[in-house]
Amino acid sequence: MNHLAEEDLILYYYGEAPDARGVETHLAGCEACRAEYAALQRVLNVVESFPVPERAENYGRQVWERLGLGSRRSWIPWRWPARRWAAAAGVAALMLGAFLAGRFSPGPPRSGRAAASAPQVRERVLLVALGDHLERSQMVLVELANANPRRELDISAEQQRASDLIRENRLYRQTAARTGDAAVAGVLDELERILLEVARGPSELTPAGLERLRQRIRADGILFKVRVIGSTVQNQEDRAAQNPAARKL
Amino acid sequence: MELTDVMAVEQAQAGDREAFRVLVERHSRPAFRLAYRMTGNQQDAEDVVQESFLRAYRQLGRFDHRASFATWFYRITVNCALDVVRARQRRAAQPSSPDGNQPDALASLASADPGPDRMAMSGQIGERVAEAMRELSPNERHAFVLRHFEGVAIEEIGRLLGVAPGAAKHSVFRAVQKLRHALEPLVETAR
Repeated sequence: MNHLAEEDLILYYYGEAPDARGVETHLAGCEACRAEYAALQRVLNVVESFPVPERAENYGRQVWERLGLGSRRSWIPWRWPARRWAAAAGVAALMLGAFLAGRFSPGPPRSGRAAASAPQVRERVLLVALGDHLERSQMVLVELANANPRRELDISAEQQRASDLIRENRLYRQTAARTGDAAVAGVLDELERILLEVARGPSELTPAGLERLRQRIRADGILFKVRVIGSTVQNQEDRAAQNPAARKL
Repeated sequence: MELTDVMAVEQAQAGDREAFRVLVERHSRPAFRLAYRMTGNQQDAEDVVQESFLRAYRQLGRFDHRASFATWFYRITVNCALDVVRARQRRAAQPSSPDGNQPDALASLASADPGPDRMAMSGQIGERVAEAMRELSPNERHAFVLRHFEGVAIEEIGRLLGVAPGAAKHSVFRAVQKLRHALEPLVETAR
């Protein structure tokens, strides 16, 4: 009598045996295999005791708070059509000159809490738009950087997003250059080059092509630079949000 | 009435952030358990949970209800966990155990706080299970965790890990063989 292989028993234990009825019949009539299966069951049942540190009852709430999504004003980026982003970018770019002329670097908090002023409101609009642009750019790069490197990858959705971002990015970059903010213009220039590579490259990436792109993203440290600018913008935005006049937006 | 996942996703897609909060609060603990079993490290598991929800948030507009939210989100969590483990392996210049975990992370967690109500034997078994899990290669560990703890079919495991079903099956077999080798003496003694 041929006994069942260990592989057959493992598959049977997990309900994936191609011939489960055959295994059952064999087990019913073979004491050696029954003993073998019982030993396997005992070990796999014991594995259930693999210790996992318990999380508190309110762990989900802690995660939610750490995510910080509750405080984002534009928390559903996918719902803004490209046209609207482009329009927002255009409006924001018009205001970028004043913004970049000394406001970009973190300075002392403004003490004036007077009535709403047009500059405050414009700054807030700009900060939100620029922050969203940087965040969406970052998302595209992070998704590509984190994609599974072993598979072929269809990046047509990311390419479409990159194309939309390029138009906005150009506006921000040109305005930054005009106002003499070389650092911001430089980062936006690097960002634009990467976005162009994504948008104009093949939509089906081989593992090797994906790896090249990932190395390109890593080599320039562009994600870090975008994060630095994004975090500066976020700080400014938070300060603007704390201003009661701006909060009316 | 309690918000179901389907309702919560639809409302979140329509812009209701409270609905997304419900999903986060509901799925965080299972996500942590999965992430911990995959990574074997608390801090990594915390990072995986956070990154998974961020990815889910970014991709929610593309979620089309063909699978349940839990299944969809759990795939995201698995992929995040794999990314974290791979990144850790790349960084691992210092000596480490075969699967790249912190050398004593699992063992210390298993033994750190067994709790007053846990019997010595069950604590010992938990510790040995943690040790045996640590001896698995990354592929064996991931395939086994997905099959054993998460109930994922082998074919789907292959898709998640980016390997052929045969390779996924082999990883599960190897993992079970190693676990048996490590744990059978203990199990038989305890009988």
